[in-house]
Amino acid sequence: MKQYIIKRLLTAIPLLLCISFVCFVFINLIPSDPAEVALRVRQVPIITDEAIAEVRAELGLDKPYLVRYLTWLVNCLKGDFGISYVNPSRTVAGELLRCLPATLRLAGASFILVILLSLPIGFFCAVYKDSWFDRIMRGIIFITTAMPAYWVGLLLMWSVSIKLDLLPTSGSGSWRHLILPACTVSLSYIATFIRLIRNNMLENMKQDYVLYANVRGLPQKSILVKHILKNSMHTCIVALGMSIPQLISGTIVVENVFAWPGLGTLCISSIFNRDYPVIQTYVLLIGVLFVMFNLLFDILQSLADPRLRKEAA
Amino acid sequence: MLQRFLHHKTAVATVSLVLLVALIGIFAPWIAPNDPLATDIINKFAPYSAEYPLGTDNLGRCLLSRMIYGIRPTLGLAVLTMLGTICLGALMGLLAGYFRGWIEEVIMRVVDVMLSFPSQVMVFAVVALLGVSVQNVIIANVFIKWAWYARMIRTGVMQHRNSNYVLFSRCIGTPERFVLLRHLVPSIASDLAVLASLDVGWAIINISTLSFLGLGVQAPTPEWGAMLNEAKNVMTSNPTQMIVPGIAIVVLVSAFNLMGDALRDVLDPKEVSE
Repeated sequence: MKQYIIKRLLTAIPLLLCISFVCFVFINLIPSDPAEVALRVRQVPIITDEAIAEVRAELGLDKPYLVRYLTWLVNCLKGDFGISYVNPSRTVAGELLRCLPATLRLAGASFILVILLSLPIGFFCAVYKDSWFDRIMRGIIFITTAMPAYWVGLLLMWSVSIKLDLLPTSGSGSWRHLILPACTVSLSYIATFIRLIRNNMLENMKQDYVLYANVRGLPQKSILVKHILKNSMHTCIVALGMSIPQLISGTIVVENVFAWPGLGTLCISSIFNRDYPVIQTYVLLIGVLFVMFNLLFDILQSLADPRLRKEAA
Repeated sequence: MLQRFLHHKTAVATVSLVLLVALIGIFAPWIAPNDPLATDIINKFAPYSAEYPLGTDNLGRCLLSRMIYGIRPTLGLAVLTMLGTICLGALMGLLAGYFRGWIEEVIMRVVDVMLSFPSQVMVFAVVALLGVSVQNVIIANVFIKWAWYARMIRTGVMQHRNSNYVLFSRCIGTPERFVLLRHLVPSIASDLAVLASLDVGWAIINISTLSFLGLGVQAPTPEWGAMLNEAKNVMTSNPTQMIVPGIAIVVLVSAFNLMGDALRDVLDPKEVSE
């Protein structure tokens, strides 16, 4: 087992290096000269060659490619992601840290909503398969997968905030601001997880151990909860865990609809301002989060399920 | 195959709906009642009328005409994206699955790295890098999606490459190109058709989302996502503006999703078990 974990950890390192390299190449592929962009966004009136050379030296753009990659990588590991092009007095790390809590709040609230809603709904859909409840839920799931998140956000904003005047339309601050964005973010994930839990449970119901439990005369309730649900949860927990970074990155659109001051709003405004270091670090952060969570839940899964361990060995 | 298709009600209904929408988009200049860009500032936010069947928007432009012209970028870009994705993905997948060796190693490692990035963030990164424009939106979407197809097609090719008819074909000395194009491509074509029609819906949502954020199709051009962006600004005073484009997107995406499922039943009757 130890060997497997070490092996998995070691395979993650080249992947992380690849991701960091892609992020580094990304900023070097910009069609315009970053030094010139930096001068422009600082609103320097006349851009001379000396000024460009000065900024190049300041940003370390005059050194060879690989050297720059290595210095950049070492700086990243130290937590120094460079300075923002738009506002040189601010560091990228500071900007991201400023916006991170809001995004984590939103993603966390959505995550809780997903668990609270999809588990019971998925469970009852499987138990009462083809009943009116199951059919209505399947219809809703089908429609929600076809609805763009931003439209859902607009509809919720209009119906709940403007028509009924129950919750604020945008901004952040209190928990009341959190409800609508969290509902919007979680909607598509809820649809996916209801389907996942339902199909998993239906799959498990056909297994021999369920037949045996029935033959033994166990009460239906305990078969459903203690046997079928418990066994179906394995895959669901892994899928849920791996969806955490997806939730964090999936808030971009919804944050913009609700003017939520998180990473997504920062990312879009950076795109419009051409603040490349911020975008680069954001992509790097999400990529690393992805690899880490995949790794973590892979290992957790093989710890929880002995059958997988045998396969891996 | 045609017989099976004609007997499958969902398949016929969704394919005809999609074709109908596409035809309306193609013949937009003859169908649309008004010029989608002509403003009629006196009649802004006009209700339903004979002249403007769906009313007008904040500049007095005919909503129905804008919807009809909007089919062109919305559906056209999505189809273009899928074509690009399939071409690139199929090429990479075929190369990796058929030739194996170091070609496969390199391609699959690249695919692994591509798949370890969350797709939504990658779209934004590519658009940020290349600048805001329509063609960059397509490039970005192809860029993040091809890896899925490469992996799927490679698996498909691996399944078929050691089957008896391919082995026989190679035995009697058929050129590699023939084996690839006449044996392997047709055998994975049905999988590909199903996956692609499911993903057109995804592409429509993705492209309209970018337009909604102002990163895709730009303002005066009628595109459903961009229209929703304009509707957002007048949400408090005229909420009805956002109903029509939204419903249109939902209906079209649903149609593509249903079509994918129906095509699976039609093309691969083995799968129909329930």
